[in-house]
Amino acid sequence: MPRRTDIRKILLLGSGPIVIGQACEFDYSGTQACKVLMEEGFEVVLVNSNPATIMTDPTFSHRTYIEPLVPDVVAKIIEVERPDALLPTLGGQTALNLAVALSENGTLEKYGVELIGANYEAIHRAEARDEFRECMASIGLRVPDSAVVRSLAEARAALKDGLHLPLIIRPSFTLGGHGGGVATSEADFDAVVKAGLDASPTHQVLLEESVLGWKEFELEVMRDKKDNVVIVCSIENIDPMGVHTGDSITVAPQQTLTDPQYQRLRDASLAIIRAIGVETGGSNVQFAFSPETDEIVVIEMNPRVSRSSALASKATGFPIAKIAAKLAVGYTLDEVANDITRKTPACFEPTIDYVVVKTPRWAFEKFPLADQTLTTHMKSVGENMAIGRTFKEAFQKSMRSRELDVRPDVPDDNDALVAKIAKPSAERYDLIFEAYRRGVTLEQLFEATLIDQWFLEEFREIIEAEDHLKSFADKGGVSAVPREELWQAKRLGFSDEYIGRFLGATELEVRARRKAEGIIPTYKSVDTCAAEFEAYTPYFYSTYEQENEALPVPGKESVIILGSGPNRIGQGIEFDYCCVHAVMEMRQLGYQAIMVNCNPETVSTDYDTSDRLYFEPLTFEDVLNIIENEKPKGVVVQFGGQTPLKIAERLHAAGVPIMGTSQDAIDLAEDRERFGDVLKRLKLKAPPFGTVRNEQEALAVAERIGYPVLVRPSYVLGGRAMEIVYDEETLQRYLKTAVKASPRHPVLIDRFLEHSTEIDVDALCDGDDVYIGAVMQHVEEAGIHSGDSACVIPTVSLGDTAVRRIEEHTAALAKELGVVGLMNVQYAVQQSDHGGASIYVLEVNPRGSRTVPFVSKATGVSLARIATRVIAGQKLRDLGLPGWEESVAAGRVPSRRDLEHVAVKEAVLPFPRFPGVDTTLGPEMKSTGEVMGVGTSFPEAFAKASLGAGDKLPRKGSIFISVADAEKDAVVLMALMLNTLGFRILATEGTHRALVLNGIDSVPVMKHTVGMDRRAAGETEITTVVDLIEAGEIDMVINIPRGRGARSDGYEIRRAALRQGVPTMTNAAAAHAAVQAIANAHRRQDISVVCLQDLHTRLAATANGSQAGR
Amino acid sequence: MYRGDIPGYVVLEDGTVFDGFGFGAQGTVLGEVVFNTGMTGYQEVATDPSYHGQMVTYTYPMIGNYGAAEPLLESADAHSRAIIVREIKNTAWNATCPEAWVDWLVDRGIVGVAGIDTRALTRRIREHGAMTACVAAGHDLKVDDLLASVRAFPSMAGRDLASVVTCAEPYEWDGGAGWGVETPEPRFNVVAYDFGLKRSILRNLAAVGCRVTVVPAGWTAEQTLAMKPDGVFLSNGPGDPAAVGYAVETIRGLLGKVPVFGICLGHQLMALAVGFSTYKLKFGHRGINHPVRNYLSGRIEITSQNHGFAVEPPGVVKAAMERGSVVGDGGVSGLSADDMVLDSEFGPAQITHLNLNDGTVEGLRLLDIPAYCVQYHPEAGPGPHDSHYLFRQFAEVMGG
Repeated sequence: MPRRTDIRKILLLGSGPIVIGQACEFDYSGTQACKVLMEEGFEVVLVNSNPATIMTDPTFSHRTYIEPLVPDVVAKIIEVERPDALLPTLGGQTALNLAVALSENGTLEKYGVELIGANYEAIHRAEARDEFRECMASIGLRVPDSAVVRSLAEARAALKDGLHLPLIIRPSFTLGGHGGGVATSEADFDAVVKAGLDASPTHQVLLEESVLGWKEFELEVMRDKKDNVVIVCSIENIDPMGVHTGDSITVAPQQTLTDPQYQRLRDASLAIIRAIGVETGGSNVQFAFSPETDEIVVIEMNPRVSRSSALASKATGFPIAKIAAKLAVGYTLDEVANDITRKTPACFEPTIDYVVVKTPRWAFEKFPLADQTLTTHMKSVGENMAIGRTFKEAFQKSMRSRELDVRPDVPDDNDALVAKIAKPSAERYDLIFEAYRRGVTLEQLFEATLIDQWFLEEFREIIEAEDHLKSFADKGGVSAVPREELWQAKRLGFSDEYIGRFLGATELEVRARRKAEGIIPTYKSVDTCAAEFEAYTPYFYSTYEQENEALPVPGKESVIILGSGPNRIGQGIEFDYCCVHAVMEMRQLGYQAIMVNCNPETVSTDYDTSDRLYFEPLTFEDVLNIIENEKPKGVVVQFGGQTPLKIAERLHAAGVPIMGTSQDAIDLAEDRERFGDVLKRLKLKAPPFGTVRNEQEALAVAERIGYPVLVRPSYVLGGRAMEIVYDEETLQRYLKTAVKASPRHPVLIDRFLEHSTEIDVDALCDGDDVYIGAVMQHVEEAGIHSGDSACVIPTVSLGDTAVRRIEEHTAALAKELGVVGLMNVQYAVQQSDHGGASIYVLEVNPRGSRTVPFVSKATGVSLARIATRVIAGQKLRDLGLPGWEESVAAGRVPSRRDLEHVAVKEAVLPFPRFPGVDTTLGPEMKSTGEVMGVGTSFPEAFAKASLGAGDKLPRKGSIFISVADAEKDAVVLMALMLNTLGFRILATEGTHRALVLNGIDSVPVMKHTVGMDRRAAGETEITTVVDLIEAGEIDMVINIPRGRGARSDGYEIRRAALRQGVPTMTNAAAAHAAVQAIANAHRRQDISVVCLQDLHTRLAATANGSQAGR
Repeated sequence: MYRGDIPGYVVLEDGTVFDGFGFGAQGTVLGEVVFNTGMTGYQEVATDPSYHGQMVTYTYPMIGNYGAAEPLLESADAHSRAIIVREIKNTAWNATCPEAWVDWLVDRGIVGVAGIDTRALTRRIREHGAMTACVAAGHDLKVDDLLASVRAFPSMAGRDLASVVTCAEPYEWDGGAGWGVETPEPRFNVVAYDFGLKRSILRNLAAVGCRVTVVPAGWTAEQTLAMKPDGVFLSNGPGDPAAVGYAVETIRGLLGKVPVFGICLGHQLMALAVGFSTYKLKFGHRGINHPVRNYLSGRIEITSQNHGFAVEPPGVVKAAMERGSVVGDGGVSGLSADDMVLDSEFGPAQITHLNLNDGTVEGLRLLDIPAYCVQYHPEAGPGPHDSHYLFRQFAEVMGG
């Protein structure tokens, strides 16, 4: 029974901005679904607020809405588009929750939209904790003893009623266990329960018997409407129960269960998907397994495609999302072919002949105040996956795929070391290796961690092999190691660099010796079937074996595109977007496009994307090995962010042809001194700066250029450890605590330009001509990392003269540096009172930037694709780019000049994940994702972007304002406007006085600290601002601190606002934009929705019109 | 044990040599080299008598992960002559497995070679078909000598291996249903022919209420009928079904007189008895992930498989295979059970199951008399439990 013919138009929901617990795996699943549905001839309408995604590229669906994923907006889109069906299972929890809301509020019924892929009852049975328990009991499966409660009082009663501590607290309907935790004593019980209740949108939490220390397994299940069920993959968590699976290192397939044990999990999974009633599609089932009693309990079931299913798809070659989409439109598993074998059906269970290890990547360095212990509450921001023929090989590859820049602190004392290992952390496995080196035993480690001994033994074997290698250090080093020893070491996954470290040799020396002995990696296919059938899909991993399956394809020139590795703050999906576009364009240009990446969440690592995929770590060694195997025409390093750029210099030195911007040009942009000369030659201004190697130099430089200064370590990503320093004392503290300056690691000091406007420019250059993608204005003022700042196209407060000068500066820089491909420039603009503007160059990155997808979607010009053409040798002037001729005629740098709409990109921050962390923004990037809003004016676009980012700006109610003295002027007009719009304004003493003096109605409210003091002194009738926020009486907070001082009040206010989900503006520019948006909403009540294709068609029409009119 | 000091080799008849290290008993053994794609169940595989005389390459690269245990045995002995793996583990951390895998193999004198590029070996078998090979572990081995011995080794085709692995005397299974499954009071007396019988089958028969008497392969129809059984079971086993002519005759003597259920070799023998023929597959089906369509229920079962021979498909199936791929409506999926009924001297015979990967015959039944059989292993051991219904069906047939 093939595809349904009674539906024609399908609405697909994406998952919105990248947040912790919901990352680009849903771009992968959604993109696959889009492709499948388009191929099947359906009309596809997509809604996703995230412009960085590949799926929101206008070519991936017929109607693309980059709009907030909230019921009102999606209802409006349904009203406009009238789809026949809604497919919500490929957009994570966001899409599923939205589908539930649209079903409950009657929208789906009203417009006759059928929910496909999952039904409302099945979602509810899987997601509502008590229904899930009952359902499991009905099929003879146990879930941990538990109780569902809706208040703290009910929770306390349940505890009295016989639930035993420790208990796991899980809020209903949240992502990645967000808001959950473990209560080990009555003392912490109340706090954890309260946090869970607050986090659950239904104010409902599950108190659950702790199965800490049990082994954790996941099975990926698929079912079709004829009730055929298959298991795609089993996954074993190395960390036992208690650590969120997103924070665990996991292995596929499961390693430690016998066949009868595994079959019990399989039987249970089949029973569960049937009982829950998922009629078509994929689900993920999590089990805890007691190694002592052989008992199984069911932890949870996700009735949708998940992070684990993306991992399972990459781990096995079985594309779960793609097949889920096919099943949703009527196919059955046996009617769908296995892409890889072509000749066999998708109705089977993949079997693999390698081992897969996934390792999370955390960003704790960004949130020093956050609790870094890993719990049931997911904290990682990305992950890598590695494939090897054995666990040891895969594990070691995964460890080096992390691309860590910091080594863990290892306690000197063994007891302290074991104690540290006992607490699950980002560094746990590095510490376990160190413990073995120091003679700590497997038994000790087992006692401390309850990690299955099988894994602990594997780790010990790695260290034994390391010891064995070390024994050659005294016997003459790397040249004395017999061939067999080197071969064995490589087979265990040791990198050349690792081997060299223990033999006193450089990575290159080890490499040379290895190659002289003929020890080079072989590449094996990922084929779903352990070689039983011929594979047609070239998806490879390296290993040291006898046979190489990845022989170069003769007759077609190839190009290698290097990906961006695990997601992290500062380097995420935007770069995958660029890589995927580069691959698509290279294929179109007739090259064989080869992708290298190690991030299982991405579209770039879908074997469908490139001609050849190497799932490999992005280290110099692994990449060079692939290059030597493939002998490509060239390697493209400018789309994968900092990761490929970091190894570009060494690749270049090794004789690898780098395509596009040359290595020398990259160096010219990144080397401060050389870049300073470039600026001098071009007569461009930059903030005065200095590079310092010790404290004395630092103080002298800061004195010379004048405070405030911006300090940061050299060569960093995402503003790591960057700070604005207002005085000498703070600078000394920074150099003592944050970053130690040294000759090898110099510190950069720049003059910080207060109250300037920051500008981002994405441009293309072919060596001769330059095309400006967009000049973007940051909403937040200078000092806030560009990744965390909202930004707008076109600029809203710069004069045309300033824009023109910025365009000219950009063109001059691109040509002077010799950029071939993409470039991003950041400027600070200080507008003076007498009309002129000073433009300072802050930074130039000769590569694709974070804003490329946003610009491409806002302007309809696909920058990454054009850059790829330029890299391949084409000239910009031959490409017929929009606005080219008009610009040239007007004597300006070519750029599109006909935008009639405004696009705003807003950052999404992970603060709710990190209790205790302050929510102010600064020069260090903290956001994980972004959303886009499109409108006819800046306020409208900003309001939509805010809504997409989760901030619901109020239309009425109370607004609390508290600002530093320096900002009081700025706030007066806003407050006046808010008054006029009917808002009640509350303010603490200083701000209140300033407002009243300016004729604004303001209600004074007590500071938190004052209230605390008075409470301590015995007063009872006290209401502070924090109390009001907690009570839900404040609808928006404007709180602008300055510098580092006196933050405690603001901190409590911001944390309370965060807990209550109250929109909070922490800088004047953002507050200003918010007030504008609120005022705009008062004037225009209707929600407008914009389809990207319509927008781009309109642009094309105006472009043609203007050409025709010439 | 990721490395070892004893040289080990796998030498194929086409001259391909794989080197690694020996980990089990030392020695040189010869036989047909086959691959199994299961990721679990290595001990069940090694003790399955159907592998008698063969040498198993495990495609999953880490073998021995959870150890070894008595309840995992499919027979008292190891039958695979040699074990070929990428990485061998000799640990026993799983609480249900008291023994370590390598120790278990060494105790039984099984030659093992590890460190082998088993994927390359598997690809070689896939391309060239099943091959004779030599597996050797020990010092002072010469590859040329090993290759010469492979080439001198007589082919296994046409050899009756069932008589080698069958039990000497009849016995009653007293192991119950096993695996913590409650064994019901026996309701049926079943005679099970042991052509290389797996214990999982006996456990499954016990679980549906059978008191099972296991009899040797040469047990005659008269001897069986004299026992007045409620049903007869035909087991799995090694080798070429065409070489077990005496069993075919026995089955002809039983059909129509007592309900008959066959698995694997039992299926092939029953097919021969009814008038079908058999042939050798290029490299067989060995794994626990094979999709089989049950044309009676319309459902797909994921099955455990282990066979090198198969029942020749009837013209209607061959024609469907030629029409197109197995996927979609064009090929065998487009057939219905009614299309696949053929005449036989025992009345109409119907193909009931086909393999979705390659269209091979996976099950058949006689429509006028109570007799049915499947090529795959519904008892699992190792593998999925999707097809347990076949045992319940046997009980129903006997009960009715």
